Amino acid sequence: MKKTELPKIDFDKPKLESTREGYARGLVKAGERNPNVVALGGDITSSTKVSLFKERFPDRFMSMGIAEQNMAATACGLALAGKVPFFSTYGVFASGRCWDQIRTSICYGEANVKIGGAHGGVSVGPDGATHQALEEVAIMRCIPNMRVIVPADVHETEKATLWAAENKGPVYIRFGREAMPIITDEKTPFNFGKIAKYKDGTDVSIVACGSLVFDSLKAAFQLEKEGISAAVYNLSTIKPIDAEGLLEASRTGAVVTAEEAQVMGGMGSAVAESLVKTNAVPMEFVGVLDRFGESGEARELMHVFNVTHKDVVAAVKKVLARKK
Amino acid sequence: MMIKQMEEIMEIRELEKKAWLIRKDIIRMIAAAGSGHPGGSLSSTDIMTVLYFDEMNIDPAKPRKKDRDYFVLSKGHVCPALYTALAHRGFFDTPELITLRKLGSRLQGHPGVNKGLPGLEASTGSLGQGLSIAGGMAMAFKLDGKPNRAYCLLGDGELDEGNVWEAAMSAAHYKLSNLCAIVDNNRLQIDGAIEDVMNVNPIPEKWEAFGWNVICCDGHSVKEIKEAFAQARECKDAPSVIIAKTVKGKGVSFMENKAGWHGVAPNPEQEKAALAELDEKEKLWEASVR
Repeated sequence: MKKTELPKIDFDKPKLESTREGYARGLVKAGERNPNVVALGGDITSSTKVSLFKERFPDRFMSMGIAEQNMAATACGLALAGKVPFFSTYGVFASGRCWDQIRTSICYGEANVKIGGAHGGVSVGPDGATHQALEEVAIMRCIPNMRVIVPADVHETEKATLWAAENKGPVYIRFGREAMPIITDEKTPFNFGKIAKYKDGTDVSIVACGSLVFDSLKAAFQLEKEGISAAVYNLSTIKPIDAEGLLEASRTGAVVTAEEAQVMGGMGSAVAESLVKTNAVPMEFVGVLDRFGESGEARELMHVFNVTHKDVVAAVKKVLARKK
Repeated sequence: MMIKQMEEIMEIRELEKKAWLIRKDIIRMIAAAGSGHPGGSLSSTDIMTVLYFDEMNIDPAKPRKKDRDYFVLSKGHVCPALYTALAHRGFFDTPELITLRKLGSRLQGHPGVNKGLPGLEASTGSLGQGLSIAGGMAMAFKLDGKPNRAYCLLGDGELDEGNVWEAAMSAAHYKLSNLCAIVDNNRLQIDGAIEDVMNVNPIPEKWEAFGWNVICCDGHSVKEIKEAFAQARECKDAPSVIIAKTVKGKGVSFMENKAGWHGVAPNPEQEKAALAELDEKEKLWEASVR
């Protein structure tokens, strides 16, 4: 697998931008390209940044109030009548409150509905556990016909959103609230369904998604100084999983997954499900381990919930001890 | 004037005749499947007949035609009534009805659009979602200034679902006058009378309070159902709902007004008895209209 060339990253002072900005920009671009693209909002339109679309296309924005079940099934009706609806709200509600509508109305018949799940992860911060989405990946990827994307930064979120608009069928895109390090640029390719190698390495492979891609790169460069060669991969498409790409990644003989979500059922589980069939190497999982989030500042919480570059370094060392 | 009235009477007779056919096929297909929902299928038969043979702009030769009206069966479990109406309207051949609920059939136990059944517009079965789907369709037509209308059949027990009222609120908010809901008000749900299971009454007042144009009718009078649809079309600033008073199991005396017949198939003897009764009633009806 060829390494994707990334712009130079300053790991101590990276450029920052929130992935929700990328979602909104992608949505506006999609709206410009296709007049059938419409957006539905659940009363938090500024917070999800869908307000950008609302300002640009006021007639194609539908305010649905605080009623996620109706928003999801209405999106299904819009899709069945030829529209390309995006409905957006906080991930806990977008995936959980209307799970049955997503399953039966949208996914069963493969309706062309796109879901934007904002405020993913503990980095949501002070709002606490009720608003920190951690289970979306697990509960979305188990529904047949659903595709799940967790982009690594603002640029990738924009590209994933455009991809969703231009390809038929249900898609769930997870993005976050906090400003996140920018690691790609406009030219970095987004290949849906494919794992991307962001750093070469021979001792261990770190497979990450979302905010943890930056932390994994940071960890890998730190490990380099200690004589450990770690490859880093961005697995932004969690479903469908890139089994071949993962097999290739696993050739280092040890794998660490890293995500800001529940490992149980999440990306780590998805990688393990795939590799156990093709190349069952020792694995370690960085992510939230069967706990609810809590209030605090984003950085404090990332530390408390063990989802930082330091946790990736520790997991690498742990898995290397088990490597044959 | 006289000619027009005669034509109307003939139209109503044609629809009533279709309803007898549909009732009998509902019994046959549920009996053949060995499971299914006869009670609500029979209570909604006359509504479904008027929708598919009179009210909706549809064309079995072009099931996906752009200007068609869309129907969403929110109470998905009564799909035998929908499948039978579609088959008799010519969307597919009637012998396929007997494949209901069988492995590989396009006639799933609850409607699934992924099986490719012509004329079927939405996947339903998990109650409470259909009105939102139909509302979304109506919204899309309004956005594009299209003449299409969206119809949705709900059960009265289904009104327990919160999603229904979310949909009611948003359809009125967006003044979806091209949306017409029909409530099959047969007054029974699985555990018993709606008043006892979860009292949803008063039904018309609730819809009125949500901003809907409310029309009440006898859900077994083809004439009244036709008139209700005509009235719904006249309303230009709100969605319409037809509260159709019906009898669960209508037409088969041993099934009528029995919650127990919600989701049980007739055994071969019961099938025979039901069909004999429907034949007898059809003959009496024919004699009365001759």
